Amino acid sequence: MPSPAATYELGKLHGGLRLDAHKSASTGLPIQSPPLPDQLILPIEQHVGEPAQPLVGIGEHVLRGQLLAESPGTLGAPVHASSSGKVVAIEPWPVAGRRGDHAPCIVIECDGEDRAVESADNPAPWAETPPDDVLRKILQGGIVGLGGAVFPTAQKLMQATAGELEYLILNGAECEPYISCDDMLMREHAREIVGGAQILLHALELDCAYIVVESDKPDAIGQLAAAMTDAADERLVLKQVPTIYPSGGEDQLVQLVTDREVPSGGLPTDVGCLVQNVGTAAAIHDWLRRGEPLISRITTITGDGIATPMNVRARIGTPVAALAQFAGGYTDSARHLVIGGPMTGKSVSTDRVPLVKATNCILVLSDLPQPGPELPCIRCGECAAVCPVQLQPQQLFWYACADNERQLRSHGLTDCIECGCCDLVCPSHIPLTYDFRMAKARIREQEDEKARAERARRRFEARNERLQREQREREAELTRQKERAKQAGPDAIAEIMKRKQQDDGD
Amino acid sequence: MEFERREAPYLAPTANVAGIMQQVLLALVPAAIAHVWFFGPGLVFNLLIAAAACVGGEALMMRLRGRPAASALSDYSALVTAALLAFALPSLTPWWITATAALFAIIVAKHLYGGLGFNIFNPAMAGYVAVLVAFPMQLNLWVAPRMGDIDYQFLSVLQTLQYTLTGNLPDMLTYDQVSRATPLDAMKTGLNDLRTTAEIRSLPLMGDFGGVGWEWIGNFIAIGGFWLMIRKVIRWHIPLGVGAGLLIPAGIMWLLSPGTEPSPGFHMFSGAAMLCAFFIATDPVSAAASPRGRLLYGAGIGFLIYAIRTWGADVDGVAYAVLIMNMAVPAIDRITRPRIVGHSNNAGAP
Repeated sequence: MPSPAATYELGKLHGGLRLDAHKSASTGLPIQSPPLPDQLILPIEQHVGEPAQPLVGIGEHVLRGQLLAESPGTLGAPVHASSSGKVVAIEPWPVAGRRGDHAPCIVIECDGEDRAVESADNPAPWAETPPDDVLRKILQGGIVGLGGAVFPTAQKLMQATAGELEYLILNGAECEPYISCDDMLMREHAREIVGGAQILLHALELDCAYIVVESDKPDAIGQLAAAMTDAADERLVLKQVPTIYPSGGEDQLVQLVTDREVPSGGLPTDVGCLVQNVGTAAAIHDWLRRGEPLISRITTITGDGIATPMNVRARIGTPVAALAQFAGGYTDSARHLVIGGPMTGKSVSTDRVPLVKATNCILVLSDLPQPGPELPCIRCGECAAVCPVQLQPQQLFWYACADNERQLRSHGLTDCIECGCCDLVCPSHIPLTYDFRMAKARIREQEDEKARAERARRRFEARNERLQREQREREAELTRQKERAKQAGPDAIAEIMKRKQQDDGD
Repeated sequence: MEFERREAPYLAPTANVAGIMQQVLLALVPAAIAHVWFFGPGLVFNLLIAAAACVGGEALMMRLRGRPAASALSDYSALVTAALLAFALPSLTPWWITATAALFAIIVAKHLYGGLGFNIFNPAMAGYVAVLVAFPMQLNLWVAPRMGDIDYQFLSVLQTLQYTLTGNLPDMLTYDQVSRATPLDAMKTGLNDLRTTAEIRSLPLMGDFGGVGWEWIGNFIAIGGFWLMIRKVIRWHIPLGVGAGLLIPAGIMWLLSPGTEPSPGFHMFSGAAMLCAFFIATDPVSAAASPRGRLLYGAGIGFLIYAIRTWGADVDGVAYAVLIMNMAVPAIDRITRPRIVGHSNNAGAP
């Protein structure tokens, strides 16, 4: 019988912040189910990786769970219809994307019947399915990392199985303020998480999974402990971590739980760890046990701009406006709409954006304090004190201003996880995270530029070399002919001359 | 519905420069009260003159640099420079010396290097050294502390003001009547005269550790400094570094030769050592960047204070120690870069 009580032995995380949680506002109610929206907007790309291709046409009727878009190959994740209805458009739509404000979306006019597609194969019990087939099955479920990074889960698992894995880490350290969807999931669906952990252990052929929860979530810990007691699976260990932002960052969590540092530019699998969000584990469970692909997720609607903050399980593609309305609508003070948390989320200008697989939080805030005026850096070092990667943001900022790429690299710009801690503590109110993001983009651009120049240079050199080779070959041929002529002796030359004269004469 | 866009993070910042500077000023208040109690109201006059010159100089330089003066003045950093200068200068200082120091600090040491955040040298110390070199006689004129000396002639508020404005003592008073050697001076001359530390320490101007009055001001400076640490306005690295850099060599030498070496306590509570540890060396702009760097930077200052006091010509040496270590900051930053998580060394290469 495993002890379900949480254990503590922890590695040390540098820096971080203890932030006001602002979570209790949205955890008062159980997870709510909003009604089906009139329209579903499904971005074709809801993951990091290769873009998916639409498989349906405009005017086509689709059923819940029907495949709408798929990526060629295994890189990427398919998109399923979240409800039944008619495809009315495939067009660019406002989204809270990392790459732009608009993305191609499949728009479905819901018929309200919510009819499910006939399940082609009755899922075999996963425990009897070979691990490889389980992974393939997970791929078909359109499951991506629900912690916000939306990396296709199947791809992550397949990459992981290539290396030497020791631990599966289920991330329930929901460290960003306001967000409580994982907390509510753990409270209400601990069994599904435990089930998902068992499926993952089977698929990865591992025998140790840590389920990691922050210390400020006693209810979630209690529910998980109970579910683990019921499961009586000795491979599962519940771990408790201190409530420090950003302990839930993938690399940070690995460091906290295993005391191993993910190497710069590497992945947790490089140190034998695979991290999955608890929500992802539950989604895997739902897909393999109930045959339901990833067509809904739990999201937190909160902030002082929302009348009744709550958590909802909503269909992917539901417009944010519909969810806000369900949560009592906006308060008079609502000014900013943030998709994601207050530290790393993205502010959008319209609530027409849909809920996507990555949306763990819809945050509506009243007037934020005006940024600035930005003062000069006084090198107080607070940014360095809170940086979880132990960077020196004050030095990076200096080099970012000077656009000194070499120093930026050597001071670890690419190791910055953009958690926003430095930004928050900066007494000069310098938008450090934004500046670093811009500097990274500039470096990437320069790299692309360099790569292009390098390609052009190689082409040019290859052409030169070819021309020179041809020249050399021609010269060699000429010399050979001369040699041959010489060897043939004066008679042959006389004969050639004679033949030439004859030719001329004709 | 339409919304206004912003860049993350969407939480209110936790600190601001003006708040930090205000807290530094507030932390100096207990020491200032003690200073006025022991040495008369001179500090207040110095402070007013330095503040006027610093603020005026800052406004002038911002104007000349074509920038809004209000943004620089609202950060209170000029007032911190003024306060540090007021503490560093003798309580009897003619106004033009104070003004010169303040203007040199703000115009040359701060704005000619690019203003707040870009100055290599601690402005207050640069300004202090400028007048120390230019007006050595006046800067060695310290009044005796209250309770120190029965023969001492106290100056009234008006007399102090008169001296500050004119540079002349009131009629009937001589320098000998109002001024006394500082504890560091007394120690240095005493040792040069081949007296033992015990003999020197028995002089009426000596207290338990340092000089009468001086050590109390030191206590209040330390209280203010610890308050700043609790408020996380300053971190512990630099004060500890300065303390260790000064006390360890002083302690070793004192243990080896207690008759000819002043005690570590005397060093810490005399001159500007305490002020340096908590308020001068902790100026972040001109200090090293990383925690380890700051320990090293502080230790360098502490050791230089000891070295200058023991083997140098200047009696205190705090200002020189700070300026010398200011110059060493780029090198310190280079050798003390923290190891980035996920990197195997601190050169930054993966």
